[in-house]
Amino acid sequence: MRPLYQTQRAMRAIRRAALQRGVIAILDLGTSKIACLVLRFDGPERAGGADGVGPMAGQTQFKVIGHAVTRSRGIRFGEVDSMGETERAIRTAVQQAQKDAQVRVDHVIVCLSGARPESFALSGEAEVEGSAVTGWDIGRVLGSCDVPDVGLGREVLHAQPVNWALDHRTGITDPQGQVGRQLTADLHLLAVDAAAIETLLLCLKRCDLECAGLASSAYVSGIASLVEDEQELGAVCIDMGGGSTGLSIFIRKHMIFADSVRLGGEHVTGDISMGLQVPMAQAERMKTLYGGVVATGVDDRELIPIGGDTGDWEHDRRVVSRTELIGIMRPRVEEILEEVRARLDWAGFDQLPSRSIVLTGGGSLIPGLDGLAARILGQKVRLGRPLRVQGLPQAATGAAFSAAVGLTLFAAHPQDEWWDFEIPPDRQSARSFRRAVKWFKDNW
Amino acid sequence: MRTLKLLWQLTIPSLVRQPAQPSLGLRRDPAPSVWSYRYQRLMLTPFYRRLVKVGLPVGAVLAVAALWLASDDHRALVAAKYDAMMDAVRERPEFMVTAVEIAGADRALTAAINEVARIDLPVSSFDLDLDALRRKVTDLTAVRSAQVKVNPGGTLEIAVVQRVPVAVWRYADGLRLIDGEGVMTGMIAERADRSDLPLIAGDGAKDAIDESLRLFSAAAPIAPRVRGLVRMGERRWDMILDNDLRILLPTHDPVPALERVIALDQAQQILDRDVGVVDMRLGDRPTLRLNPVAAASLREAIAANETVSVAPIQEDH
Repeated sequence: MRPLYQTQRAMRAIRRAALQRGVIAILDLGTSKIACLVLRFDGPERAGGADGVGPMAGQTQFKVIGHAVTRSRGIRFGEVDSMGETERAIRTAVQQAQKDAQVRVDHVIVCLSGARPESFALSGEAEVEGSAVTGWDIGRVLGSCDVPDVGLGREVLHAQPVNWALDHRTGITDPQGQVGRQLTADLHLLAVDAAAIETLLLCLKRCDLECAGLASSAYVSGIASLVEDEQELGAVCIDMGGGSTGLSIFIRKHMIFADSVRLGGEHVTGDISMGLQVPMAQAERMKTLYGGVVATGVDDRELIPIGGDTGDWEHDRRVVSRTELIGIMRPRVEEILEEVRARLDWAGFDQLPSRSIVLTGGGSLIPGLDGLAARILGQKVRLGRPLRVQGLPQAATGAAFSAAVGLTLFAAHPQDEWWDFEIPPDRQSARSFRRAVKWFKDNW
Repeated sequence: MRTLKLLWQLTIPSLVRQPAQPSLGLRRDPAPSVWSYRYQRLMLTPFYRRLVKVGLPVGAVLAVAALWLASDDHRALVAAKYDAMMDAVRERPEFMVTAVEIAGADRALTAAINEVARIDLPVSSFDLDLDALRRKVTDLTAVRSAQVKVNPGGTLEIAVVQRVPVAVWRYADGLRLIDGEGVMTGMIAERADRSDLPLIAGDGAKDAIDESLRLFSAAAPIAPRVRGLVRMGERRWDMILDNDLRILLPTHDPVPALERVIALDQAQQILDRDVGVVDMRLGDRPTLRLNPVAAASLREAIAANETVSVAPIQEDH
C-alpha cells in the first residue's frame, strides 16, 4: 500500500477525472445504514451565476440522480468489522443506486465516522519569494510545517489550511496574489487509523469501485447542517450516528477540531434490548416509535406492547410503559452527551465567540433531545437538518442523511488540502534528477 | 413444475434430509452476488447496453435472414415477389400510356417518327425511356428539336420542330432537300417535286448554303432563267442559266459580281446573246466566252472587215 498522502493525491486526480465524466457516487458508510447517492455534474458552463456564485451558491451544478439506502452490515463503530459483509452491503447500496440512476458508477467518494479521528494544529512559515504570494510560496509554507507525531499506524485524513497570516495581518482567507514578506499558515490536521482506511479502500476495490475521495463524516455533516453564519462565527456540529458520535468545530468556515465518541444509537438500542429482553430489531422499532428522553405524566399511562416470538405466551405479551422505556434510554443518551461535553471542553469550545451547538444525525431525532442537550452542552442548541440539494429525494432529507448530503457538497466544492499544492520545485527537481540518475545506473 | 416436483419426490435422494429452510421471519439478504453485481454494472455500461439491446436483435434478424437467403429457391422466390410487386405498381392505369400525340410534324414526318419510336401501346410510363426516345426522334434528319413528355391522362406527347427545306441539293445519290443550316431534311425523286426551291450542286454546296441563298435572292430579276448554282472546288459558285450559260462568280463578294452581271444584262442584254461563259472571277476584268458558232462568225466578220476594230488589247510586255 502506498502511503495515504500519495493516495490522497491520486484520489484528487481521480475525482477530477470523475467530475469530467460527469457521474460520481457518494457513499456514507455508517454503522446502522449505508447511503449511496449518484450525482451527475453538468459542468461549469451550466452553473448559473456569471460571477461564479449562483442562487444556490454554486450547488446547482450537480444533481442527485440515484439514491439508495440499505441496512448496514459488518460495520461497528464506523469501522469495517467484517469485510465480506461490508462488501455485500456496499454492493447492495451501489447496485440499487445505479439502478435508480440508470447509469454505471465507477468512482465513489466515501466518508467514515470511526477510525478514531484526532485533531492536530500545525503552523508553518516561509519567506515570500518575489513580491506577491504565488502557489509555490504556499507550497513552501505548507512544506515547512513540522508534522506532529501522529502515532504509529496513523495517517492523515484531512490537512486543511485554516488560517493564513501575511506579515502582521492574520485571518486572510486566500493569500494568493497578496503582497508581503513573511507568510504563515495554520493547518488543521486530522489523523485516523491507517488500518481502518486501508481496509475500507480494499472493500471498495473488491466492489470494482475506485475511491475518488475520503472524508470524515463529522466534517461533512458539519458542512451540510451548519448554516453559513454558524460556520463563520463558531459552532459545533454533533453528528449522532449509530455506532459513533462525531463532533466537528467550525469557525471562519473552516473545521478546526474534530473528534468522535465511540457511542451511538446502537448502544441505546442495545440497552433497550437488554433491559426489556427483546431482540435488537424489536428494540430498534420501539426506540424509533416510542423513544424519548424526557418523561411526563402521560407517559406513565402509555403502555407499549412488547410482543415477541419466543413461544412463551406470558413473555410474548408483556407491556411496558413509555416511562420505563425513557428510563432506559435517558442514561445512555446522557452518557453520550457527557462524553461529547468532555471532548468539547478539552478542545476549548467555550472560548469560541459564538457557541452554537447543532445536533444532527439519526440519533438527534429522539424527541426531547434538544432540551437534554441544552442542559448538558450549552444554551444555543438546535436540531440541524442537511442543506437541500437538487434532486435529493424526500426520503433522504432527514437529519440522518446530513453526512451523505455533506459529501455531495464536498464532492462539488472540495476544500483545499495540503496535497492540493505542488511540492516546491527545488525539492521536486532534485528528486527527479536523482530518479533520472538511478534510471541510468539501473540500465547502463 | 408440479410434475417435476412429483418426479423428484419419487427418487431416493429426495428422502435424504434437506438443510433446514431459513425461517420466514428473517429477511433474505438483499445483497447481490458478485456476478450479478458485475453483470448489472456491465449492462449499465452504455456500449454493452447498446450492444445487447440493439446489436443482438439486429444481428439475430440478419443471421436468420442470411440463412434463409442462402438457398437459391428462396432468393428466386424473393425476386419473383419483388417483380410481382413492382409490376403491380407499374401496371396501374394511372401510369399507363395509351396514346401518342405528335405535334408540329407533317404527315411524312409523323409516319417517320412513328416508325422510329415504335411504341407498343399501352405501355407503362415506368418502362418508357423518354431520353432515348427523344434522342431517336431528334436523330431524324427532318427534326430540328423534339420535346417528349407524358401528359396526365396517359398520352405521350412528342412535340417536334421540323426543319424547313430551303434548297434542293443535287448530290451523287440523288436530290436532297437541305435547310438553312445545310442539314439534309429529306430526299425527293425528281426536281419537279419541289420546283419552288432553288437547286444547288457540287461538293461543299451545303456548307455555303447561306451564300447561295443570298445569290438566289440577288438573282431575282433573272429568276426565270436561273437553273441553279454549282459549287466549284468548294470555294466559289457558278450560276447556271438556261441554255447552259454559266456565270463564274468570284470567291469573295460573289453577290456584287452577280449584280454587275445583271446590270450588264439589263443595259446590254448580255445574257441574251450567244455567250457561253461570263467570267467574273477577276473583278476588274470580266471576261466573256462566246459559243463556238458566235466565235466563228465573229472571227469571219473580223476577217472580212479588217477595219472593224475590236477591243484593242494592250500589250504591256
